[in-house]
Amino acid sequence: MPIDAPAPDPMHPSDESLRQRSYMRWQKLSSIAGQYGLVIAWAVVALFFTLLPQTSQIFPTGNNFATIFGSQAVIVMLTLALMIPLTAGDYDLSVGFTLTFSAMLIAVLNVENHWPIVLAVFAALVAGALIGIVNGAFILIFRIDSLIVTLGVGTFVGGLVLLISGSNTIGGVSTGLVDWVIVRRFLGIPLDFYYGLLLCLIIWYVFELTPLGRRLLFVGRGRNVARLSGINVDRVRLGALISSGVISALGGVVYAGTTGAADPTSGTQLLLPAFAAVFLGATTIVPGRFNPVGSLVAVFFLVTGITGFQLLGAESYVENLFYGGALVIAVALSQLARRRQALETGN
Amino acid sequence: MEQRVPQSTSLLAIRHLSKAFGGARALADVSFDVLPGEVHGLLGENGSGKSTLIKILAGYHSPDAGDVEVRGVPVRLPLAPGQFRKLGMEFVHQDLGLILSLSVLENLRMGILAAPKNRLYIPWKRERAKALKTFELYGLDLDPKARVGDLLPVERAMLAIVRAVEGMRDAMAEAHTDQGLLFLDEPTAFLPKDQVDKLWALVREIVKTNASVVFVSHDLHEVLQITNRVTVLRNGRHVGTVTTAATSRDELVHLIVGQALVSLDAAHDDLRNRQPVVRIRDLEGSRLRKTALDVHESEVVGLTGLLGAGYEEIPYLIFGAQKCAAGHLVIDGKSTELTSMTPSKAMDVGIGLIPADRQRDGSVGSLSITDNITLPVLSSYFHKLVLLRRRMMRDARRLMARVDVRPAEPLMTYSALSGGNQQKVLLAKWLQTKPRLLLLHEPTQGVDIGARQKILTLVRESVAEGAVVLCASSDYEQIALLCDRVLVFAGGVLVQELSGNEVTTERITEQCLKSVQV
Repeated sequence: MPIDAPAPDPMHPSDESLRQRSYMRWQKLSSIAGQYGLVIAWAVVALFFTLLPQTSQIFPTGNNFATIFGSQAVIVMLTLALMIPLTAGDYDLSVGFTLTFSAMLIAVLNVENHWPIVLAVFAALVAGALIGIVNGAFILIFRIDSLIVTLGVGTFVGGLVLLISGSNTIGGVSTGLVDWVIVRRFLGIPLDFYYGLLLCLIIWYVFELTPLGRRLLFVGRGRNVARLSGINVDRVRLGALISSGVISALGGVVYAGTTGAADPTSGTQLLLPAFAAVFLGATTIVPGRFNPVGSLVAVFFLVTGITGFQLLGAESYVENLFYGGALVIAVALSQLARRRQALETGN
Repeated sequence: MEQRVPQSTSLLAIRHLSKAFGGARALADVSFDVLPGEVHGLLGENGSGKSTLIKILAGYHSPDAGDVEVRGVPVRLPLAPGQFRKLGMEFVHQDLGLILSLSVLENLRMGILAAPKNRLYIPWKRERAKALKTFELYGLDLDPKARVGDLLPVERAMLAIVRAVEGMRDAMAEAHTDQGLLFLDEPTAFLPKDQVDKLWALVREIVKTNASVVFVSHDLHEVLQITNRVTVLRNGRHVGTVTTAATSRDELVHLIVGQALVSLDAAHDDLRNRQPVVRIRDLEGSRLRKTALDVHESEVVGLTGLLGAGYEEIPYLIFGAQKCAAGHLVIDGKSTELTSMTPSKAMDVGIGLIPADRQRDGSVGSLSITDNITLPVLSSYFHKLVLLRRRMMRDARRLMARVDVRPAEPLMTYSALSGGNQQKVLLAKWLQTKPRLLLLHEPTQGVDIGARQKILTLVRESVAEGAVVLCASSDYEQIALLCDRVLVFAGGVLVQELSGNEVTTERITEQCLKSVQV
């Protein structure tokens, strides 16, 4: 673009500001496209399987959508759990194990020790909080990288699961729980979907509309800045890790309620889907930030694609392709966006 | 003012270079020459286009129009990243690009170790000997085995420069030329003022070998000291190239700002007989030894000295940002043990701190100005369970207007602002808390002249509104402009107190230099 570099002309001062304005408008448009890109992609994927002759009979049915929405509450919760410490700048790789432990604890206490289900659920949530405290203690007291601590603690918790279950699947969890998680429906969709939605809403509120949300963000982006602005950084980080423990445990409650049982390993495989969703979610709604609504969109985008391909006859490998691919692509996308931003501001 | 130079003799010729980012013009029709064997200053306020020019030459940005000639040969634009090396050019940026955890030698040979014609075996012994010889050539006293993180800041800067010169030399041999061109992009911005002389000696050595140096800086004093000629940019335009020997500080200031600066009230009152507001006793840090000091009503007290004198710890020790070994603070009659001080407690008793490193400690560049500015007072915007985001933005806009931040766009990311505007935002962030004690550390570092003036004025205004100020700085001129009383430190001890008419740049400089012999 050649620049004619006119001499400053006091008679036509608006020339520059006009160009500035059209540039701003263009930027606004492109930022809206970026903001809702994933939502659009989701719609496109859904439309694709609706129109595709092989899936058009099964895909666009109420039953299928109820499955898509109702089957993901566990991943939604795990994603939301992960997002909180990530925003505060800490990884929590123990969430999948915490979830499994919580589900198993409920099964063991309820089925083998005949605890009332409410008490068993409460115990599971307390266990989740304890795991968060242990993570936080090692990260904050000994100043160890969160990646290492939560990997170690998570594996340890995975060992505890095998220990208390004798490496067996335990079935027969109280039908009360199953009833409240998956049997009862609202608008044709099992209740667990709404639990995930409610949690998402609560976290959205905290992130967007409370000082705590801002503090969390500053702690994640600039620890020193936060500290020198009077924020108790360690307390915020500990709080984030405890929340992720409790929310993962809540995911375990829903898991136990969905299957009526707890098995010692399958929950741990949910860690990667949660990571994929949280990073993919950071490219949408509030691009560049981990955000709960974006994460929710990401979870359902991914499961819609997977369900579609499974209806086409693809086997379980498609999940790995989707989740693994999405994680890497999401991180690459956010990197690209950052580079473009840096270029535009001339830094 | 423009010096016409025959094309054949200039090492670098820039002709009609223009560049815009979106709607904003960064460079407009800029032309000037760099001659062989000269130190050429490049001056201008933040946002004047210096960085854009450098980045075009380094191959980061592609220009919209214009030509560049190197040794009389036109260069195809845009330059590919890294192409400057083949043209015999090298850049040293402010961040130096050193890896602190590696040794001097490893940093020095980094480029060669990464070269494609890499060998299977690195003869470290021979490399070390070679490095020592290189250091000797430039008069550097560095241990090749030392960890770069353990070096003084000035030694790091010199290492980065020597590394660039060595790289340039290799490229020159390949390009069959003996004329190299080294760009120093504000290498002194974060160096203590008393150490830059060593850097000048190095630059003079480099120029002796027929290379040219383009020196980008904010510091007029330095530019007058080291350059042969100076080019000044303002708002992306070339406003003049002058011979240093034939110019003056005032003329340069005039070229840079476009107008003469109004001088701050330089009269200093002795306020020591007023009511003491802050009393500090037995303060001890890692370098600072038992120190007592008072700050009186309406007083601005400067803390200064040479590097490592310990004065620079004082703001952080008082604010609880750095652990102190001992110390006691009385502010407005309320007393606090400083060993248990934290930033949030400090804020509760009315203390604010503006740290020197605004990128790391002051603000989060990727977040908006509103978010950054409202951080210390967030709770006051939480009303009926909701954060009043619109009011936050409105207040941010008002604060930005008050401290003259341009553009006054509160939703812009902080990092998109120029250095001077970033610093003004930080000042606004703390002034809104109406601090009783304002702690400053290098408040105008890496900031252009116009912003510096504004910042000093704002600090004065906060005093009029009831604050007292402690300002730690190695910029003696700034201390002299701002402070009523100056405390000079050496070896962690208070050695001299200047007040009233004694507070002048010359006296402070003299006292600091004299303090070394103590």
